[in-house]
Amino acid sequence: MNRLAYLLAGTIATVIQTGPAWANAVYVSNEKDNTVTVVDSNTMEVTKTINVGQRPRGITISHDGKHLYVCASDDDTVEIIDTATHEIIGSLPSGPDPELFVLSPDGKTLYVANEDDNLVTVIDVEKKRVITEIPVGVEPEGMGISPDGKTMVNTSETTNMAHFIDTSSHEIVANVLVDSRPRFAEFTPDGSQVWISAEIGGTVSVIDNASREVVEKVTFEIQGLRSEAIQPVGVRISADGKKAYVALGPANRVAVVNTETYEVEKYILVGQRVWQLAFTPDGKHLISTNGLSNDITFIDTATDEPIKSVTVGALPWGVTVAPN
Amino acid sequence: MTDATDVAGLPREKWTGFTTSQYIVCLKGILVREWLRYLSQKERFVSSLVRPLLWLFIFAAGFRQVLGVSIIPPYETYVLYEVYITPGLCGMILLFSGMQSSLSMVYDREMGNMRILLVSPFPRWYLLVSKLLAGVGVSLLQVYAFLAIAWFWDVKAPVAGYVMILPALFLAGLMLGALGMLLSSLVKQLENFAGIMNFVIFPMYFASSALYPLWRVQESSPLLYKICLLNPFTYAVELIRFAFYARIEWTSLVVVMAVTLALLGAAILAYNPARGLTVRKQDMGGSQ
Repeated sequence: MNRLAYLLAGTIATVIQTGPAWANAVYVSNEKDNTVTVVDSNTMEVTKTINVGQRPRGITISHDGKHLYVCASDDDTVEIIDTATHEIIGSLPSGPDPELFVLSPDGKTLYVANEDDNLVTVIDVEKKRVITEIPVGVEPEGMGISPDGKTMVNTSETTNMAHFIDTSSHEIVANVLVDSRPRFAEFTPDGSQVWISAEIGGTVSVIDNASREVVEKVTFEIQGLRSEAIQPVGVRISADGKKAYVALGPANRVAVVNTETYEVEKYILVGQRVWQLAFTPDGKHLISTNGLSNDITFIDTATDEPIKSVTVGALPWGVTVAPN
Repeated sequence: MTDATDVAGLPREKWTGFTTSQYIVCLKGILVREWLRYLSQKERFVSSLVRPLLWLFIFAAGFRQVLGVSIIPPYETYVLYEVYITPGLCGMILLFSGMQSSLSMVYDREMGNMRILLVSPFPRWYLLVSKLLAGVGVSLLQVYAFLAIAWFWDVKAPVAGYVMILPALFLAGLMLGALGMLLSSLVKQLENFAGIMNFVIFPMYFASSALYPLWRVQESSPLLYKICLLNPFTYAVELIRFAFYARIEWTSLVVVMAVTLALLGAAILAYNPARGLTVRKQDMGGSQ
């Protein structure tokens, strides 16, 4: 009898441990049809479509998962969506043409890149007001923030620079020249490096956060593809800091880069013109937005194999996953 | 030799039919012969592997950028062209193998081995089915060897797929083997085999979903699309494709089973000396 009880307890424990992963909502901004698609991360199916402002691009979620922030680029605003009701409950004064933004680790400040007027707008999320505007290079786009929240990096597409900004003084403390058309900035989890993708240059520059110098340049080569088709855009680094995933735009592939050797270990085939990436909170899946094929691809990060592609709205651009 | 009045070593009045073990001995004999013949023809094994590998390594590599494969079941995401054509290439191995057995049957007939087989006291249908099973067994080995090489070429399926593909390959192999058998009863001489190549293998292979998805065929030619839908090889390939990803495509399963039964029935009929096609052909041959 005792043995049976143990067996039962063991079975229940196993079921709990290996039970289905907790479903997280995946939010995808669709640039062309002005919507945000909600996808269940567990079933990998579309659950809802939310109408938002014009040309939604950058998208992120508050750390408590209650509010979704969406750059409505052509409406010159950042919209706030309640994730419980899926209603737009307000907006943030982002300045003209917001494209990408990053939320500070404490969740209080939003740093927005204003593509048209060469500014980074710093917004107090709670008070919904602009704290300051920081002039940067021409066509600012990529936004990354160090895990300690002290350093923010903005990339300017035309100036080809990564601007390191001190978040307390709101001053640029360093400018690092990278390859042509830098699109995205991503800090490593330990904050020691920033990875900057260069769309036209076709490279990812790895910058040391202490010396503010390019320590490595990751290059990509895909058999049978012209080098012009390889355009690195979105970058995400795994929580353990061992693997970096780089979306390669019209190459329709996501590169898996070993962060120790800086060698590409694998190219994962996804949909057309892959743009941005996001991990699920448990780190088991990576999601890519594929602009021209109007879908997103779920990638298993254990095997780095694509699992499923799900059709979303027209021209999916950005993606974020609810933390809870 | 047994006496004319005896069957299988027993006086006719005591004989009530073959026992199961006797049937098995017969099947074993045919299987072993096919197996030995296969082993003695190393070139055949190599050539049966080289053909699909050429398609996989060269043809698929050249076309991978041209033919963007959209997501169609059983695939849930984008796949490279070499992944798409692998099930079709498995089908190709079975198709060539089926035709190869038909070639060997024509050869056997010319050399007189067929007569030895067919004068055996076992029912003719049983002999033919055994011969078919022997051929399918050999071709299954070829397919698995091909899939093993494809695995290193990054064409991978779930583990369950490698198990589930077995019955699918078996059924498809039976269908194509039965087709080969029927054709072998129609082909009079070894030299005519080139005709089978041109009129059977190539049209069946190209007018199917083996090389390109049917939606793409439909886009370029609605007529060709209909032809593909009438081609049983399309269903064999789709059955294999779904099974490779541990899924069952019921339409294909039903079609392949029905066509297998029909072809097998026709082949057994064609090999019946009393009313089969062999008689008619001999008559025709005599009049030449």
